[in-house]
Amino acid sequence: MTLTVYIPDDAAALSVGADDVVAALQTAAVSKNIDLTVIRNGSRGMLWAEPLVEQVTDKGRMAFGPVSPEDADALLDAMVNDSDHPLSLGPTDEIPYFKDQERLTFARVGLIDPLNLGDFEANGGLAGLKAALALDPADICGIVTESGLRGRGGAGFPAGIKWKTVHDQDVDQKYICCNADEGDSGTFADRMLMEGDPFSLIEGMIIAGLATKATQGIVYIRSEYPHAIAKMQRAIDVMEEAGWLGDNINGSGKAFSLKLRKGAGAYICGEESSMLNSIEGKRGTVRSKPPIPAIQGLFGKPTIVNNVLTLATAPIILARGADFYKNYGMGRSTGTQAFQLAGNIKRGGLVEKAFGVTIRELIEGYGEGTASGRPFRTAQLGGPLGAYVSDDMLDLPMDYETLAQNKAMLGHGGITVFDETVDMAEMARFAFEFCQIESCGKCTPCRIGAVRGRETVEKVLRGEDVARNIALIEDLCEVMTDGSLCAMGGLTPMPVLSALRLFPQDFDRAPALAAE
Amino acid sequence: MTSMERDRMIDTAVGLCEKYRNEPALLLEILHDLQETVGYIPEETQPAIAKCLNLAKAEVHGVVSFYHDFRSAPDSNITVKVCRAEACQSMGANRLLEDILARNGLPKTGTSDKGVTIEEVYCLGNCALAPSAMIGERLMGRVTADRLQSAIEGVGA
Ligand SMILES: Cc1cc2nc3c(=O)[nH]c(=O)nc-3n(C[C@H](O)[C@H](O)[C@H](O)COP(=O)(O)O)c2cc1C
Ligand code: SF4
Ligand code: FES
Repeated sequence: MTLTVYIPDDAAALSVGADDVVAALQTAAVSKNIDLTVIRNGSRGMLWAEPLVEQVTDKGRMAFGPVSPEDADALLDAMVNDSDHPLSLGPTDEIPYFKDQERLTFARVGLIDPLNLGDFEANGGLAGLKAALALDPADICGIVTESGLRGRGGAGFPAGIKWKTVHDQDVDQKYICCNADEGDSGTFADRMLMEGDPFSLIEGMIIAGLATKATQGIVYIRSEYPHAIAKMQRAIDVMEEAGWLGDNINGSGKAFSLKLRKGAGAYICGEESSMLNSIEGKRGTVRSKPPIPAIQGLFGKPTIVNNVLTLATAPIILARGADFYKNYGMGRSTGTQAFQLAGNIKRGGLVEKAFGVTIRELIEGYGEGTASGRPFRTAQLGGPLGAYVSDDMLDLPMDYETLAQNKAMLGHGGITVFDETVDMAEMARFAFEFCQIESCGKCTPCRIGAVRGRETVEKVLRGEDVARNIALIEDLCEVMTDGSLCAMGGLTPMPVLSALRLFPQDFDRAPALAAE
Repeated sequence: MTSMERDRMIDTAVGLCEKYRNEPALLLEILHDLQETVGYIPEETQPAIAKCLNLAKAEVHGVVSFYHDFRSAPDSNITVKVCRAEACQSMGANRLLEDILARNGLPKTGTSDKGVTIEEVYCLGNCALAPSAMIGERLMGRVTADRLQSAIEGVGA
């Protein structure tokens, strides 16, 4: 009897015991005389069902999850006999959470063995790169501009325009820097993509190189992601050996090489100019703009800085055309977004959908509400610098402009859910504390403002002069918004002010009793 | 530290600089490797690194002190990172941190008598399976104080 199963070696799956499940299945298989083949894939993104085990059958892949080592015996029996099992989720492609997604960037994540170049190519990989090799650099930039692809790292700047700017610089040395610093709480899409389909990022970076005549790429990955670092390094080695990286990309005469650099635990190094300083071996302080990196970036040379998902989305645009991509989404938010459902949510994971899906569809539909079962209170959209939203904002569609009109932001697509037990004054205090810890220290509004902000919220928490101190916080937020050099200090007011505006009751503290 | 130990550390640092062709842009890699070898970034190695890379001592010191990853005191045998960012907080990370500190006899983050270092970090990219923690390079999701403590003990504390 032979049996083939897929079990992720994605960091999240490993964090809930995927390796133990593999070991238990292998032991059980030996005792049952089953010839078991285990393929390690990325995660399908249904993190609530991890470790997810998929059996390969002639009816497609059948999912079981979340599997624990104790389930190994009965699970193998069910697989062999094609009988019922309590953990059966049916055919993977038919699981509602998965079925309704619109996966373009994440199409292969969880489907293939991430380091198998044959699998990659058989599932649409390299098609974009082959198309790009036959095009003029300016035309590649044109297609990306036409697709409407916007930077997925947070600011949403049109990728094609950035590429064109670098393209137009008339110098020899240019760089493509991939921002894989992903420090936002509630986000893990970059990590999942690098672990589940690293070739797609490499393919996108080579395309960016062809579009701008940059021959050197650097991926800057945060040190908190050891699994992603290892996977990316192996993927680079495979692509080099196969001749897709190096002096002569697949015999085209064009060159592109790629290196990995590891961060050292500093949130601010996700800001593009700090990242460039860090890659140069310096402190990760923010550079003042202008000049923008597209004109003077790494080592003073024209540099594309793009997020992992921005770059990994370029291949499908080149392969299928700008119109194909543009037909997804709404308004100026074209294409799809990897939404990440996190925090106190029953079915956390990654949902790739066209822009325009509502917050409610994501949290209540896909996520099925809170993990604790208590009523929903709020969600923070777009990471630690993003706004909190209230119940009556849940029907807003997710797109850059609508959220901005409602004093919120999409950021990197993270949605962090909180139940009714959350104390929003405490979250406001934390926002300042985080800014204090992670500020690069270059400008006063952020460096000092964060400290004063935290102290002032602490006074409110103690019930000291509440009204006056809230007014002070609001003033301080104005100074930080207007006076900070970068969005670290500039956006910290977002979570603070949204908490104050939407949940004023949490700040309405009475002074502590003297006896306490 | 004896002068022999000191010399050995400096040799290690100089060797690493050479491995990276004394390239100042690779300072972070050199420091990562040094910390992996020696366990921390000894103050005494900084002038040597500065000399190799043709940087000012202050520049090297500035980099070491800027990044959260670099330690200037010896490492313990087990480093536990507990995530305290928003998604983990929504699932009780603050209480988890308190519990795990208490169980290791620590009033706040730091190193216990048994050599367990507990640090707080802000996001490990496992926010859908919060709360999260990391022991060495082992990531743990949906972690409880019980499971985290037995994992710590499993590593040999
Ligand atoms: C404090 C701060 C942190 C940031 N962190 C990240 C990050 O982790 N990843 C990222 O891609 N962009 C991050 N950004 C945005 C980058 O500065 C930059 O806009 C982005 O990498 C550009 O790529 P894109 O156009 O593909 O989005 C951050 C910005 C700020 C101000
Ligand atoms: S706002 Fe904060 S992080 Fe940004 S440059 Fe100023 S001090 Fe640095
Ligand atoms: S917030 Fe804790 S892992 Fe992301």
